[in-house]
Amino acid sequence: MSRQIRIAVLVPALGLFGFLLAWALVGLPHFGDYRGPYGYVLDRVVLPERHMTNVVTAVVFDYRGFDTMGEEFILFAAVVGVVLLLRQGGREEPDRLNDSVGSDGVRIGGTLAVGACVLVSLWLISYGFVTPGGGFQGGAALASSVLLVFLVSSHKAWSGVASDRVLDPFEGVGAGGYVVIGLGALIGGLPFLTNVLGPGSVGTLFSGGSAAFVNWSAGMEVAAANLVLFTEFIDEYVVPLAKGDAAG
Amino acid sequence: MSWVLPLPVVLPLLGAALNAALDHVTPRWLHVAVTLAAVAAALAFAILILIYSMSTETLHWFGGWHPRSGVAIGVVFAVDPLGAGFAVLACALTLLALLYSIPYVEVETRNYDMLVSVLCGACCGFALSGDLFNMFVWLELAGVAGYALTGFDIRRMSALQGAVNFAVVNTVGGYFVLIGIGLLYARTGALNLAQIGRTLAGEKSSGLVIIAMTLIVCGFLCKAAIVPFHFWLGDAYAVAPAPVCLIFAGIVTDIGVFGVGRVWFTVFDAPFGTHQRFVGDALLWMGIVTALVGGTMALVQQHLKRLLAFTVVCHIGIMLVGLGLLSSKGVAGAAMMLLGHGIATGGLFLAAGLLAVREPARWTAALWFCGAISLIGPPYIGVYMGHALIDDAAVELGRHWVQPLVWLAGALAGAALLRAGAQVFLGLVDDYDHGIEEDRDGPVPYLGAISALLVAVGLVVSLIPGLTQRVMRGADRFRDRAGYADRVLHGIPMKEGAHLPVVLQPTSTASLAYGCGALAVAVALAAFAVRRPDAARARVFDPVVWPLRQLQTGVVGDYVMWVVVGTAVLGGVWALTLR
Amino acid sequence: MSVLPYLVAGWICVIGLYGIVTSKHLIHLALCLTVTQSSTYVLLLAVGYVKGGGPPIFKGVKLGTTAVDPVVQSLTLTDIVVSVTVLALILALALDVHDELDTMDPDKIVELQG
Repeated sequence: MSRQIRIAVLVPALGLFGFLLAWALVGLPHFGDYRGPYGYVLDRVVLPERHMTNVVTAVVFDYRGFDTMGEEFILFAAVVGVVLLLRQGGREEPDRLNDSVGSDGVRIGGTLAVGACVLVSLWLISYGFVTPGGGFQGGAALASSVLLVFLVSSHKAWSGVASDRVLDPFEGVGAGGYVVIGLGALIGGLPFLTNVLGPGSVGTLFSGGSAAFVNWSAGMEVAAANLVLFTEFIDEYVVPLAKGDAAG
Repeated sequence: MSWVLPLPVVLPLLGAALNAALDHVTPRWLHVAVTLAAVAAALAFAILILIYSMSTETLHWFGGWHPRSGVAIGVVFAVDPLGAGFAVLACALTLLALLYSIPYVEVETRNYDMLVSVLCGACCGFALSGDLFNMFVWLELAGVAGYALTGFDIRRMSALQGAVNFAVVNTVGGYFVLIGIGLLYARTGALNLAQIGRTLAGEKSSGLVIIAMTLIVCGFLCKAAIVPFHFWLGDAYAVAPAPVCLIFAGIVTDIGVFGVGRVWFTVFDAPFGTHQRFVGDALLWMGIVTALVGGTMALVQQHLKRLLAFTVVCHIGIMLVGLGLLSSKGVAGAAMMLLGHGIATGGLFLAAGLLAVREPARWTAALWFCGAISLIGPPYIGVYMGHALIDDAAVELGRHWVQPLVWLAGALAGAALLRAGAQVFLGLVDDYDHGIEEDRDGPVPYLGAISALLVAVGLVVSLIPGLTQRVMRGADRFRDRAGYADRVLHGIPMKEGAHLPVVLQPTSTASLAYGCGALAVAVALAAFAVRRPDAARARVFDPVVWPLRQLQTGVVGDYVMWVVVGTAVLGGVWALTLR
Repeated sequence: MSVLPYLVAGWICVIGLYGIVTSKHLIHLALCLTVTQSSTYVLLLAVGYVKGGGPPIFKGVKLGTTAVDPVVQSLTLTDIVVSVTVLALILALALDVHDELDTMDPDKIVELQG
């Protein structure tokens, strides 16, 4: 089927699709007129029951924590899949790649920045139940902070930090930790992933109960998974460069 | 007893995570042992849940968040017999696939095992869940694991093509489901299936609900490879490793049909109950067309696994026909079809996988023919009971033309299998290129035994006394929206049903006749296709087949175009008929 | 207009689908998938908006103050993770395709046909 025929069939179909979608969208409650009970109920009960001021994180890790577990494993499976797909038999160590950043200003400023970013990421994870943040956001930020190492120094420094031997256990412990915490509640006779520690005090690091642990395990898993992804794609880029360097 | 419910989902996932945590420090046998232990434990608990679900409805509210005056604030697993049976099948097939993979898959075994366990957990989660967004999460998880496993042979362009087509089409389908979920959430403010259904029951249907249903159904049907969303399956299942194809054909494709059934009978049954024939008939027709297209395309394939892939398309179409009849017998027929087809096709995929180890032998021919016959479904063999129940349901609804078409489609697929069996395993054609390279190693008796086990179980599915009655009772409960909502939202326990007999289900004479007829047609067609020279064959088949083959271009852009066309047309039809 | 945000989401979905079907480069195709997915984000977040509502963060804010729906935000979070993962997988497949075929044109990946 040639492109022309494909587009000729697509355009009217897409037009009809768009029309039907618009017809459905027009039937939605007006923008700003959210009526459903789910959001209102949660907005009212989360603070008194669980002493968490960030309702979104409470929903993600407590009320709908099981969804989050599935989502975490989606990330886990995708990263395993990428490693599977980007495997190349006998990949050489790109040791001879000479790509250290030259400018001192970038190296020094960058190294300081890495430290600051890591701290901010850890803060994002830990205070997720109080202010905007949480395991996923903080984990992604943590992975990006570590990626800075690659950008401000060299591939060698990066592979020292983001090596398989370090990251895979982190990923496994993060993903598995989530499940184990849930199972812990199950073994204790409560439903899976019940928040077992007390609610703690509002607005402090100790709000959140045991959901704080799943928060951390999610953060760990997300950071490790993202770093594995970065490593895989960076190596795809770097290995040909190293071969070029070695040759010429 | 509700503590058992999360386990078939959680244990395989935990096994995968443990494998990741133990990486680089442990030998292969430990990884394999952890994975097998996790899946075997999941199977044991799934069987427990199945037995328990026959007499009571079990619920598990995650995090202990029970509903507050009819508003569900947490995620629930609400298990009925069909869902539990699906989970048992998923775990059992995964276990056999893992056992087959131990010698069969020699590279990247740790990553492979992790993805297969995750796939198993996702399928169980989908079947057990009572929350719409939770179902979406498991759908995506099964998808992601599937895409990576399809592309396992990264050196082969065909494997990459299959993986890309699989990934893009199913991801688009997933987005449609998500838009549908968003629309329903805006309308009802709930994500729990029972609650959405209850909220919609009290109101008139509207364009929003019609299109939400279209999007969610089309999204699930992309996974189920129903025409016109089916093109990717021929590409993907032809190239995935054989044990992975077992899981795909046995369980993953069926997720789509199960999902459509689940959302219809808990959510959309309420607003469209009076117009349900329009919905059912649309599904019915899509199913029949899919079955015929699948059977026809299978007949002309040379590549063995691609042939099997198209027979999967054919049988999934028949399952959708059963579902589209919307009656208990129809749903029960779809369920029996799922069971019989999944096990038998799985066995055939494993038998085809044997060809990668060595030349076809006589006993593999016997294996292949037994599997083919159970997929044709002569009286009381293989998928016969599924066919018979669907026949009864169609006749009860006055749709007498469904019977011959469904049997014809099954006969076409069966003829394809018989033909391929004769050509490959009996060596009736020299230099037949079955598309499977001999590049693997393994103890053939062991691999053959696993394949034989599946084929043997597939043969006797219709003969198991008492199974059909229990499946029919399960279908009754699957369809009972009001009862489901009562149990999930208000905890009202279900009434104990009468004790079910353990006997063979009788079937109508028409079904017996059709069963024998299908076998005869399949054998005759296969004989014609094997012996006659190419030109004669082409004259007969080409007018029908040539346009279908032209449409199967292999280009992902075309496939997504058909997804849009199919969704738009179905949406248009339902918009006109359901208002 | 009170339905404009929803129509924007619908439009993004439609152009994303057009991009996927007419794409000539696998990476472009993966990004069009992301565009289609972002239509779901816009739709979900627009659905949850409450007029005059603040964020569902109650630190220093009295309980009972109007806040927008937190559930759709958590759904969007999951959605973003799904999008990232699928993007990563398709990019990995694209790299593999390039290794084998030296092209990234999806129209050229036609090993299996008919």
